[in-house]
Amino acid sequence: MNLETNYLGLRLKNPLMPGASPLVDDLGMVRRLEDAGAAAIVMHSLFEEQIELERAARERDVDSYTESFAEAITYLPTEDDFNETSDQYLQLIGKIKAAVSVPVIASLNGITSGGWVGHAKLIEQVGADALELNYYDLPSNPQKSGAEVEQRALDLVAAIRKEVSIPIAVKLSPFFSSLPHFVSRLTEAGANGVVLFNRFYQPDINIDDLDVDPVLELSTPSELRLRLRWLAILSAQIETSYAATGGIHRAEDAIRAIMAGAHSVQLVSTLLTKGPERLGVILADMVQWLEEHEYESIAQMRGTMNLKHSPDATAFERANYLRILKSWTPSL
Amino acid sequence: MSANLEPQTAVRSPKASTLDANEAVASVAYRLSETIAIYPITPSSPMAESCDEWSAKNRKNLWGSIPSLVEMQSEAGVAGAVHGMLNSGALTTTFTASQGLLLMIPNMYKIAGELLPFCFHVTARALATHALSIFGDHSDVMACRQTGFVMIASNSVQEAQDMACISHAATFETRVPFMHFFDGFRTSHEVAKFHPLEDDVLRGMIDEETIRAFRSRGLSPDHPTIRGTAQNPDVYFQAREACNPFYNAVPKAVQGAMDRFAALTGRQYHLFDYSGHPEADRIIVAIGSGAETAEETAHWLNEQGQKVGVVKVRLYRPFNVEAFIASIPASVKSIAVLDRTKEPGSLGEPLYLDVVAALAEARSSGLSQFACEPVVIGGRYGLGSKEFDPSMAKAVFDELLAERPKNHFTIGINDDLTGTSLAYDPQFDLEPSDVVRAVFFGLGADGTVGANKNSIKIIGEETANFAQGYFVYDSKKSGAMTISHLRFGPRPIAAHYLIKRANFVACHQATFIEKFDVLGYAAPKGVFLLNTPFGADVIWEHLPREVQKQIVEKELKFYVIDAASVSRAAGAGGRTNTIMQTCFFAISGVLPRDEAIEQIKKAIKKTYGRKGDDVVAKNFAAVDQALAGLHEVAVPANNLCGHAMAPTVPEGAPDFVKQVTATILEGKGDDLPTSAFLADGTWPVGTTQWEKRNIADKLPVWDSSICIQCNKCAFVCPHAAIRSKHYSTELLANAPEGFQSVPMRAQAGQSFTIQVAPEDCTGCTLCASVCPAKSKTDPSHKALTMTDIPERSKQAAQYAYFLDLPYPDRTLLKPDVKSSQFAQPLFEYSGACTGCGETPYIKLLTQMFGDRLVVANATGCSSIYGGNLPTTPYTTDANGRGPAWSNSLFEDNAEYGLGFRFAIDKQSAIAQEILTGLAPQVGETLAGELLANVNARDEATLAAQRQRVVVLREKLASMDSLAARRLADVADYLVRKSTWILGGDGWAYDIGYGGVDHVLSTGANINILVLDTEVYSNTGGQMSKSTPFGATAKFAMAGKARPKKDLSLMAMSYGNIYVARVAFGAKDAQTVKVFEEAESFDGPSLIIAYSHCIAHGYNLKSGLEQQKLAVESGTWPLFRFDPRRAEQGLAPLQIDNAPPKVRVADYLRNELRFRTKPENLAAFEAAAQEQVNQRVALYQKLAGIGGTEESK
Repeated sequence: MNLETNYLGLRLKNPLMPGASPLVDDLGMVRRLEDAGAAAIVMHSLFEEQIELERAARERDVDSYTESFAEAITYLPTEDDFNETSDQYLQLIGKIKAAVSVPVIASLNGITSGGWVGHAKLIEQVGADALELNYYDLPSNPQKSGAEVEQRALDLVAAIRKEVSIPIAVKLSPFFSSLPHFVSRLTEAGANGVVLFNRFYQPDINIDDLDVDPVLELSTPSELRLRLRWLAILSAQIETSYAATGGIHRAEDAIRAIMAGAHSVQLVSTLLTKGPERLGVILADMVQWLEEHEYESIAQMRGTMNLKHSPDATAFERANYLRILKSWTPSL
Repeated sequence: MSANLEPQTAVRSPKASTLDANEAVASVAYRLSETIAIYPITPSSPMAESCDEWSAKNRKNLWGSIPSLVEMQSEAGVAGAVHGMLNSGALTTTFTASQGLLLMIPNMYKIAGELLPFCFHVTARALATHALSIFGDHSDVMACRQTGFVMIASNSVQEAQDMACISHAATFETRVPFMHFFDGFRTSHEVAKFHPLEDDVLRGMIDEETIRAFRSRGLSPDHPTIRGTAQNPDVYFQAREACNPFYNAVPKAVQGAMDRFAALTGRQYHLFDYSGHPEADRIIVAIGSGAETAEETAHWLNEQGQKVGVVKVRLYRPFNVEAFIASIPASVKSIAVLDRTKEPGSLGEPLYLDVVAALAEARSSGLSQFACEPVVIGGRYGLGSKEFDPSMAKAVFDELLAERPKNHFTIGINDDLTGTSLAYDPQFDLEPSDVVRAVFFGLGADGTVGANKNSIKIIGEETANFAQGYFVYDSKKSGAMTISHLRFGPRPIAAHYLIKRANFVACHQATFIEKFDVLGYAAPKGVFLLNTPFGADVIWEHLPREVQKQIVEKELKFYVIDAASVSRAAGAGGRTNTIMQTCFFAISGVLPRDEAIEQIKKAIKKTYGRKGDDVVAKNFAAVDQALAGLHEVAVPANNLCGHAMAPTVPEGAPDFVKQVTATILEGKGDDLPTSAFLADGTWPVGTTQWEKRNIADKLPVWDSSICIQCNKCAFVCPHAAIRSKHYSTELLANAPEGFQSVPMRAQAGQSFTIQVAPEDCTGCTLCASVCPAKSKTDPSHKALTMTDIPERSKQAAQYAYFLDLPYPDRTLLKPDVKSSQFAQPLFEYSGACTGCGETPYIKLLTQMFGDRLVVANATGCSSIYGGNLPTTPYTTDANGRGPAWSNSLFEDNAEYGLGFRFAIDKQSAIAQEILTGLAPQVGETLAGELLANVNARDEATLAAQRQRVVVLREKLASMDSLAARRLADVADYLVRKSTWILGGDGWAYDIGYGGVDHVLSTGANINILVLDTEVYSNTGGQMSKSTPFGATAKFAMAGKARPKKDLSLMAMSYGNIYVARVAFGAKDAQTVKVFEEAESFDGPSLIIAYSHCIAHGYNLKSGLEQQKLAVESGTWPLFRFDPRRAEQGLAPLQIDNAPPKVRVADYLRNELRFRTKPENLAAFEAAAQEQVNQRVALYQKLAGIGGTEESK
């Protein structure tokens, strides 16, 4: 069975890889992922915001106390002796590179253009094979138009493209007015692919403390549908690399994503709950399915169910709305 | 714009470096050592810290090996370890000062007695006598002159480094141990340009043969010898004298080493260096940095046609008469010997006595070259870093002209009690005009000192100029002011004293000009740079008149900048230091402007570079925009329109505060004469209330409509700056405008107020953070919300009114959180850090037991914010009662407190004995009631007992007998006293542990409260045995590899001690309960109190949440071990917290100290979790032990 796929110009032995998650913080875990068959390792994001917060905290909570009191010119050992998130992250890339032979895809979430570009360069320098830009921009500013939000992303991709030569994927949220237009412009700006879709931390309200608690719930297979639709629509029209992430828990989910047009499939929730070996199980199931259904390669089925090839293309478009609503019968 | 202050010419030295003496000396000691034992003590700690850092970073010594460091529990421990290291053949060093040096003395005798080659370095510091002083003098080193150590002194950064090298080399040659010392702070902390010693020079100085010989003498079972024998009268004396040849050889060997050093470096030293007129008639003999000042003065006087000179003593022990006499010109007629120490009752101070004896010996042995024996006078100067400047040195030279010069004089103070002081002219100034002198006023938090250190580095290393910086810090830990004194000039700078006339004065905080005589430092025609939100066009009218007057009279060039706006506009964050630094360079012209800016940017890049280009770019932008924001002010010629500066303390302050405290607050404490002080170190209490510091940026504002009256805000306030009262509603009649009040819950006729002390609040936000009352309609709004400063004066009036309202009757207060805060805090407005985690405990202690409280306080943070001048926080209630507080030492505090207890108990016993005898006279009922209630502790009985004492005193007053008078003396001891022993973990776990353990074992009714910050906080965050596993601290750079010592478990093992752990932020009710139970326990109690601290590296406004996480993760268990429960058949140990419900990592990750190197992080967190799991299990088991079966 030929499972090979080409994602972002990287030749991968199969389409399965762990998506951005804390799993990669543990090198043992990373090795187990590779042993289970992961075709690449996607790292969790380096958040520029966190770096900025750490810097501000250092200034406020450490530096501001120095040189103030005769008996204690400082209160902590020098800065070099502590972990900075960015140092840690860059070191981690190096360590993962040394630990595994598959490509390592680093991920970055910036807040300033300088930050995006600066950290992208550093990530390239330490040897990442590709860079996933986690464009996680929650528009909360009433003054900012949708076009401006998109333009900012396009400018960023172009700026980073100018400075780094490794492949760039852009990880998107589904909340854009015209994803096809936006994705096509992203590829023009220099992106080598898109990752569909980001999952947001959804804040919940604590009614006892009148507080807001951040909550992260793991994905469910039902979330895959949204990805399938957009993979189907986009891959049929825009030539670029696609990764599916969110809601892939079983071999069948992965197969659906590939049929909708994905070149690679990222697993997170299922690995977090069932361990890295789950990737191997899904891979084996996928091979079995392919064999049972007499496929020869992954390439053979990629995009077969997208807008261009699907026997019922309208199902991916608005038309299916009514039908589904009608099919839902209350159990009362 | 340049004010043309640039120095003229100078020699560029390619290899120069700019460091302080601590680092320069440590670099030599480190490279020449194999084992180093350390313990923190100011001002020597940075040397140990540097060595620790280098060792952690695998820096090698001269022989390619990384020195091994060990932190000991005290300096006595260091001395013991050092003795062992030396006897086992390792090249060893250490660093210390003051009390630490005293603790080493017993071993110094041993080390010298065994002729062990060893060199250690002392930042000479005052000793604690009538008061503690962290500052410089020679009291400590002079207390060691009898130990047999060689004593060698250095006077500057350059010399300190050089003499360290000479000493290490000479000790191996002579086998006699060396104590190298230099002036604490003045030299140890002075940053100066100097020539660092390369490894080759060190190599050239060390004779490998002498090291080989040293090692061969080391104790070894392979060729055993025995040392430390006990000797009998037959041989001890002769054997003691057997070392004489070695001592006799020292002077020559040291001079030999100095000569060798000169050959390698070109810098020649002698045992005694004479500097001055070859035919001088008057000389000064001195040791240390003061000798440099005397030398500078002598040169100036010689230029004026006088004939004077200075003998700088380098090798003080052994004192070599021959070399000393030879150093003095034969023409000398009179000699003034300056000692930087005081020996009350002696014939004179040590150097004076040595000089007198040396001259006498020289004469009798025919060495004297004098036709007429010189007159010798001795005097004291510079105690506790008192300034010694050329005006004082000149006064000493002048005194020598007198027919009968005053002997045993003092210089630099006004001794109006015994008239010892010499008069001097404070206006005298000899600093050459080609030396740029700049003084900067800043806040500790604004980074002024850091930027100035960088300026010195830039000028020192990038230009041919010599540079020097000295920094004066505040005695408060929050809102601290710094004054930087910078000099730049074409010649090495020998002026080791503060700048009095600066040609550049910068004030980085506009509020300072309202409080201090900032321009008192300005020289005529100098420059004044003010950071102010007011523009050049309007600033004039906002200046105090006194400031205007000085600008006009001194013809100052006056510039303003709004650095905060510049920084904000550039997006560079809060720190304005680089902006002000840019302005300094631009105005002073010390360096071409572009070059200066390039260098500043280099430093910014170094500081922020690893944090991203964006931050660097913003800071660059701030620097670039600084000059656009810098404006010269057109000074009006005759318009002194400004307001008068407010009085330092209010009119209502007591006379002592107005006359003494206020003078110190104004920065003019130097002017106070000896008669201003009580001779025994006693000071009045309750003086912080007169120092209104106004340091908060935001204040909590109370919304009475949603307040649930829980009093938690007052409970957590570190500065007693938010308070709660309930009072009769009728009293509100005269309330000032805006005074808030609501009906007291569940108490009809009573009103309730939460009131902020607007001028004392530090803005830490803990009160707003703990406030549980949120608005139902807008949960972002709480009953306390931090708000930009409303009208402070109105609030101040409200606070004054609040303070005048009566406190609720103590006898009605219950021992719970809410009630505790209705009691008056008798510890208020201390200088502790903003958000301090220790002081809420102390405040609570004074609220619960303050009117009968006696406190023994170990040296450390709590003794500094508790007792550092100018103002102190312990105060009194309306009856004049309040905590009696004292600090003895660091190491002896438990014993000191035990002493209190014994003395109190004895006086109580005496009172009871006499009262029993006098019962018929004073009345059997009264006597009986008094005797029955001597140990009563509830508030009502205490009040009644005090009333009985009043009656008793009245009766005694009418009785004319010795017994009655004796009883009157001790009658107060018929009322229970509460003895508390306070200190930090450095004391309780380390240096004072032996005492803590012993005092606990005595069964005495004392209470030990350990304010546990898990590091030596006061000296800058060094590891203690309380430091938890994995925490990075100084001396534990890679994270502490061993677990925290469980002091509570050790104390519990006695079985008869009340032991508890508390964390007020996690469970305030348990804290109150513990204090109550500990105080009521008739025996020793130990409370270990979690205290969040700036040394933990996070925003202390989250201190309470962190305390909660510490408890909820099981890291900091809350429990009480009460021996009384065993008597009731119950298990003595009760766990007061629920089983852990969050991961240890959730607690650890919030604090920088736990963020160790990445490779260790996961393993460390797992190990930390495992340790906590085991401890939780252990405590749960222990909680099941000891009760009877039924009780379980």
